[in-house]
This record gives sequence, structure tokens and C-alpha cells, in this order.
Amino acid sequence: MQFGIFSVSDITTDPTTGRTPTEAERIKNIVTIAKHAEEAGLDVFALGEHHNEPFFSSSPTTTLAYIAAQTSTLQLSTATTLITTNDPVKIAEDFAMLQHLADGRVDLMLGRGNTGPVYPWFGKDIRAGIPLAIENYSLLHKLWREHVVDWQGKFRTPLQSFTSTPRPLDEIPPFVWHGSIRSPEIAEQAAYYGDGFFANHIFWPASHTQRMVQLYRQRFEHYGHGSADQAIVGLGGQVFMRKNSQDAVNEFRPYFDNAPVYGHGPSLEDFTRETPLTVGSPQQVIDRTLGFRDYVGDYQRQLFLMDHAGLPLKTVLEQLDLLGAEVVPVLRKEFAALKPAHVPDAPTHRSLLASKNIKEEVQA
Amino acid sequence: MKQRKLVVISAGLSQPSSTRLLADQLSAAAGRAAAQLGVTLDAQVIELRDLAHEITDHMLTGFPPASLKQAQEAVTAADGLIVVTPVFSAGYSGLFKSFFDVLDNDALVDKPVLLAATAGTARHSLVLEHALRPLFSYLRAAIIPTGVFAASDDWGANSVEGPLRGRIDRAAAELAREIDRREPVTVTDPFALTASFEDLMKNL
Repeated sequence: MQFGIFSVSDITTDPTTGRTPTEAERIKNIVTIAKHAEEAGLDVFALGEHHNEPFFSSSPTTTLAYIAAQTSTLQLSTATTLITTNDPVKIAEDFAMLQHLADGRVDLMLGRGNTGPVYPWFGKDIRAGIPLAIENYSLLHKLWREHVVDWQGKFRTPLQSFTSTPRPLDEIPPFVWHGSIRSPEIAEQAAYYGDGFFANHIFWPASHTQRMVQLYRQRFEHYGHGSADQAIVGLGGQVFMRKNSQDAVNEFRPYFDNAPVYGHGPSLEDFTRETPLTVGSPQQVIDRTLGFRDYVGDYQRQLFLMDHAGLPLKTVLEQLDLLGAEVVPVLRKEFAALKPAHVPDAPTHRSLLASKNIKEEVQA
Repeated sequence: MKQRKLVVISAGLSQPSSTRLLADQLSAAAGRAAAQLGVTLDAQVIELRDLAHEITDHMLTGFPPASLKQAQEAVTAADGLIVVTPVFSAGYSGLFKSFFDVLDNDALVDKPVLLAATAGTARHSLVLEHALRPLFSYLRAAIIPTGVFAASDDWGANSVEGPLRGRIDRAAAELAREIDRREPVTVTDPFALTASFEDLMKNL
């Protein structure tokens, strides 16, 4: 099982000091955070894509390439790459390029984006969100698998004898996760292609996640990719930890109360009950996270949101240390002990290359 | 006897509340009128005051806390609604509007809804026509023709045979007829898959 962190790249004022980091600071900090994630023993770093303030991450592959150059084992991913407003041709090129530079340590998570004003900035219409996601991905899928592509669709100009370059590393397309909160169509899309399904999970009641994952698993089996429990599932999570749980609650509360997404609304206690947010000791985080398996089954990837709402860099790095030293080793052991042998791990470039080589040997 | 579900929404804030009083009288009258048509109404009252924090939380987080979710599911599954708001600043109360702001847009489509309001003076009686009726038209509810407005004076008048009593009975009878002639409401599951991948590709 893979463990890691995902960042939404928000630049938020620290409510306890009133200080707002500059873009330059926050961008350099995210690199420090990603490198520290690897040092702390985590597997994955995923970065969001946004085109509006207060977010900085408009160009995730640039950032990820820079991080790739300074890490050696960290799997680089996105959370999410906008399949609606980005040209699928550019996604195909950018991520193939990143694959080569990062020696294959690359996958990506596709999402629709729910910020209405962003769509027209890229010449698109949010009302066509689902059809855009369906058509754009069918083209992206083709571009990574066919050398010369002739294509015609509704949302972009046709392609004649087009080859996207560079080709995917070893002719193996990056593994794709489809992210969605409550659109059954996206679970269906992930299942149809046999791709991964990532449930945002945080900010929403567990019942949403349970229903969406269940649908994805059923349809994954329906389309013949394996049994329902072999489908590739990822979950988000959100935690804040200190040795003593009351210290965690006291320290995190001002960040919670003023957070951009849920601030000035429900209490920390309400939100902890209604969503997967866990604020407390490492042991509480372990127990809660192990409980996710009860409603989604054995799953392959767990990402935590650690660096939002104005938390200072020092605190984020401390959180990564706690995660890497006290939480993830236990979770690895416990989840592995529970997982049946026929449930696969999340595909990586290395595992996909190995199975490709085996397939070619059999054919030869 | 047919069984149907009635949900009564009261946005009154005080205790006792004339808004709740009107809601209860409408609910009881609807029950009697339905019984005459051979329909048993299973009525549930939702006091919005009890959900005020949850309604704000839903607005800010995008999902309903459990208690509000139950109320929303009851409204969605109801075969008929009675909605009663006090008049605040010449309109429905903000709490009343907020409840419908966070309700799913399609929850009230073709649902019989009886509109009612209370105020200190009869000068506000057109609130039903200029505020409530447009809101529920937008939500594509099947609005009952007779709305019921009660001012403080109405509670002082002869409440057994007075003009308010007559309006309550007429509106309740109209609501009962609309509920009676419809099939019971079936709720669609928002997480159910309605289009296979082949359909999604075909419909591009």
C-alpha cells in the first residue's frame, strides 16, 4: 500500500500570527515539504492544479519535475489534473516528458474542477463538465497508446496523423486515477478503462465515499478487469497530530476555525464526526485510518492533506515526521496483514514494465 | 386506506409560536380532509429553528450534517408539504429561505405544497403572492391555489368558525386532493449510475 500527502497549494494567512507567506516562499516550501515526505519514509507526493488566487499551482508538471530532480524514490502525482479545461494533447505531452525526467516515478489523478469561472478562461463551459471529461480522456488514452492518431471530437480541433512527443517512457502510459466526490459517471469512466479511482473523502461524509467506491468496484468487475476487490482505490485523509491529543486539538483549532473550505461553519468536533478529519494522537490517526477499510475494502493508496489553512512550514514538517515515524509504519503492517494475496498493489512504472516484459516473453 | 407522507415545515422562532400554531392547524385539517378521501396522512413536523446551525454549516461546507440530512430526505420523500414562515422585513424569514437554498434543486418537482405565513398585521398578507409563490414556482412545486395567511387579529377572532378557519379548511382540502390523485413519491438515488460508459460516449 502507498502512503503519501497531497497539497491543494493554497496560500493562506496563518490565523495565529496574521502572517501570509509570499508566493515565492510557499512555492519553495512545497518543494521542501515534498523532499521531506521522502525523507520521512512516505511514498507519494501529489500536487493540485488551480488557476485562481489564493492558489499557486498552475503548472504542476514544472513543480513535480523540479522535485523529481531532488528525490529518488518519491512517486509524483497530481490532485487533480484538470481533464476538462486542459487540452488532452498538452496533458499527454507534459506527463510523458515528466515520466522521462523522473525515471517513471509518475502517475496522475484526473478531476473536473469545480470552480465555474475557470472554465471560460480556457474556452470551456462548466455545464459540459462530464462530457468534457469523457471526451478529453478518451483522446488522452489514445495519444499515449497509439503512435499516429487520427481523431475527431466535439470539444477540440481534429487531429490528423498526430504523434504526441515524447512517447511515454518504455511505451507505458502513466497510471491514471480518476478523482470524484459524487459523480457516478466518473466512477463508471474509471471502471471502464480499468484505471484507478480516487475518492477525495475529506470534506465529505464517509457515506459518499462508500457509495462511489462501491459503484466503481462493481463496474470494474463488470468491464472484466478483475474482481471487484481487485479494483484500484485511493482515498484522501486529513489529520493533525501531537503526542497528546488535547495538544493537537488546541493547536489545530484556530487553523480549522479559519480554514478556507469549512472555516466559520461547523465546530472542529462536528466536522471530525461527520468527515474523516482526525485531530489527536498518532494512535487515534492509526485507528481512524484503519477504519476506512471497513467501508471501502482493501485499498491501494492513502494520501493525507497536511499543509493547508496557513499551517507554518515547521509545523507541516513536524507532522510529516510523526506520520512517517509513528503512523505509516503501523498502517503498512496492519493493512498488509489484512489484505488478501489476490488484491494487487497500485501499479507503478516499475510494476507495469515488469508485467509488460513478462507478456512479451510469453508472446516470444 | 392509502398511506401518504406529509411534511410540515415551520420557520417560527418563538415559543409558543403563531407560525407553529398555524402549521399544526393546517396539518390537522389536511389529515381530516385526506381521511375523507380514504388517505391516511403520516405527518412529520420540522422546526427549522432546531436546524439553524446545521443549515448554515451546509451552506459553508457543501454537505448537510446528519440531522439536516434526515430533514432533507423527509422533505424529498414527502407526498405533500405544508410550509409556514413568519414575515420578516416584508418577506419570508432568512432561515426559511436558507432551508430551501440548501435543498436539492429537484427535491420539490411536482410536489403539492401548501403555502402559509404569519405576521403581526394583515398588511403583509400579499407576502404569499410576491415572495412564497415565486420561490416555489422556481422550485417547480405543484403549488396549492389557496394560500393561508394569518395576522395577529385572526387569532383573536372566532377561531372555530372565523374566516381563517374557512381558509385553512379550503387549503387543506385542496392539498389532500392533490396528494390523493398522485402516485406515492419515489426517491431517486443520487449515487445510482444512470448512464453506462457506452451511453456517455454516445451522448457526447
